[in-house]
Amino acid sequence: MASTLVIKDLHVEIEGKEILKGVNLELDSGKIHVIMGPNGTGKSTLASAIMGHPKFEVTKGEVLLNGENVLEMEVDERALAGLFLAMQYPSEITGVTNADFLRSAINARREEGQEISLMKFIKELDKNMDFLEMDQNMAQRYLNEGFSGGEKKRNEILQLMMIRPEFGILDEIDSGLDIDALKVVSKGINKMRGEDFGCLIITHYQRLLNYIEPDHVHVMMQGRVVKSGGPELAKRLESEGYEWIKQELGIEDETVGQEA
Amino acid sequence: MTTQTKLPVDQQTVQAFSEKNGEPGWLSSLRLDALAKAEELPLPKPDKTKIDKWNFTQFTHHTVESDVYASLEELPESLKSLIDADKQENLYIQRNNTPAYLKLSESLKEKGVIFTDILTAAKEHSDLVEKYFMKDAVQVDEHKLTALHAALLNGGAFLYVPKNVELEDPIQAVYVHDNADSALFNHVLVVAEENSSVTYVESYLATEGAGESVANIVTEVVAKDNARVVYGAVDNLSEGTTTYVNRRGITGRDAKIEWALGMMNDGNTISENTTHLIGDNSFGDTKMVVVGRGNQKQNFTTNIRHWGKNSEGYILKHGVMKDAASSIFNGIGKIEKGATKANAEQESRVLMLSEKARGDANPILLIDEDDVTAGHAASVGRVDPMQLFYLMSRGISQQEAERLVIHGFLAPVVSKLPIEGVKQQLTEVIERKVNV
Repeated sequence: MASTLVIKDLHVEIEGKEILKGVNLELDSGKIHVIMGPNGTGKSTLASAIMGHPKFEVTKGEVLLNGENVLEMEVDERALAGLFLAMQYPSEITGVTNADFLRSAINARREEGQEISLMKFIKELDKNMDFLEMDQNMAQRYLNEGFSGGEKKRNEILQLMMIRPEFGILDEIDSGLDIDALKVVSKGINKMRGEDFGCLIITHYQRLLNYIEPDHVHVMMQGRVVKSGGPELAKRLESEGYEWIKQELGIEDETVGQEA
Repeated sequence: MTTQTKLPVDQQTVQAFSEKNGEPGWLSSLRLDALAKAEELPLPKPDKTKIDKWNFTQFTHHTVESDVYASLEELPESLKSLIDADKQENLYIQRNNTPAYLKLSESLKEKGVIFTDILTAAKEHSDLVEKYFMKDAVQVDEHKLTALHAALLNGGAFLYVPKNVELEDPIQAVYVHDNADSALFNHVLVVAEENSSVTYVESYLATEGAGESVANIVTEVVAKDNARVVYGAVDNLSEGTTTYVNRRGITGRDAKIEWALGMMNDGNTISENTTHLIGDNSFGDTKMVVVGRGNQKQNFTTNIRHWGKNSEGYILKHGVMKDAASSIFNGIGKIEKGATKANAEQESRVLMLSEKARGDANPILLIDEDDVTAGHAASVGRVDPMQLFYLMSRGISQQEAERLVIHGFLAPVVSKLPIEGVKQQLTEVIERKVNV
């Protein structure tokens, strides 16, 4: 059965300031959706709010995963229900090895007594690290500690591949990557592609879409999804920018600044 | 001002205890002299912790007799896991005040290594013990507790490593406290002669919690020129035990002392750890982890004093405070005049797990020389909500996420302990203390 993730009229505030002003979006498993848009329009806020980031307050709306409102769940429950967020700035955690962390994450999805065997885990980990061209010693390094920007992004994709969620939300997975790293990260995402996996990619740059063919492209401005289309929409944004959409929709005073 | 406290032992008791043990004259008179001073001298004054109401002096018995362990098979399970019975060739186990088990390999004996309980050492190696016992590292008359320690000494170990002897395997000592009636006046004396090298690891373990008791522990490490001493310890005494523990070292030229200390007592504790870097190019490193819980009050003063040129001192302390536990972390790097090119670095981090817990990290640098480098970092904070969010977003429960973060926070020190069983012990103690 196909899974669905439905975002309905989502309003989100940070420190009293409204960032999302009624986002509507429907995702299906098997499809790759991309959200594009200028800086400061709420793209990353949307990703973080869906996962339950502690700084964001949802003031209105629903996020339904297969009909269940995930906004009523704790962060770990959302993950166990099938959501995954590849973060823009993954935390560094001293003293916890990447491998131990991943095993905890996998075992959290299994019943007590049904934990993944160490052999099987290592085999799976080795295979995925090879695929992502990661150095084997990264398994024993502390989680994200001292990782370069590119290593952190690869490590997010590694987790995605190990955990295999129903829906992956990838927040600026392409930012700060050189072309080789971008290819590897794209390769990982394409490998995940399939009937059982839905994906929401948030990006500033069309160049990621040279490697990942999206099914749907959405444009966010001023805290709302203002336009949706197919891959051709991304191509037009690349060549013409966002100005034409603003004119078409009569949008003025675009927020300029850093994404929250 | 003098503080008058009635001690539960008098001159006759001390004299009789000393005679019963057949101690050499110097030790008997040192005890009696110290006892007189203990009556007069004030308590130490650990910065920011008031201890005048703490019980350091009242105990039921000075010394109790406990059964010895004829073999390692007889050890209770909690001890067995600490010891690698197949591999550990050099081991001392003390049960309350009784030397309960001792093993030293023939090859070490042949090399002239001495490892035995402190009272036996005082008899059999009287000159050697007299030369170092409470002379250069810790003095009898510093305050009431050092004097009391000298007067009432009733356990501990002596480890002597001759010149040019390098021990590869760690020496292990386990001090078991399973009778709350017994008071612990334990002294560990480690002497590493020139160019020698040794690793010593000790565990203080309370197997029975209840009852009021007193522990007064002093360690002295003497590392001569170019010697290297690694000293690991896990202190895990019970809630009712009030502990004064003072571990000090002095270094010769090019000597190194490295401490890895797991401070896991459940009772009120005053801990001092000082390294005097006397020789040029000498090196001192203290790594310490603390978990405080319940209502316990603790004070950890770590002090590295640079006297030698080019001396290097590093302090790293990580503490976790939960419930209504309160701890003061004083880190002192002192560079004396003349210690040119010395480097004093320290870092103290405290993680608070509850609203009522208190943690105070005080980095202090005292520098009387211009041509030096020094640095410090200190922080007191809570578990980072972003770290929890990250871990939980992978499906890990909040409890497990906190556990991972806390263990990770303490790992840099835990991983330094040189004996696997003791490292495991510390990990388990941390687990137990943090999670209940």
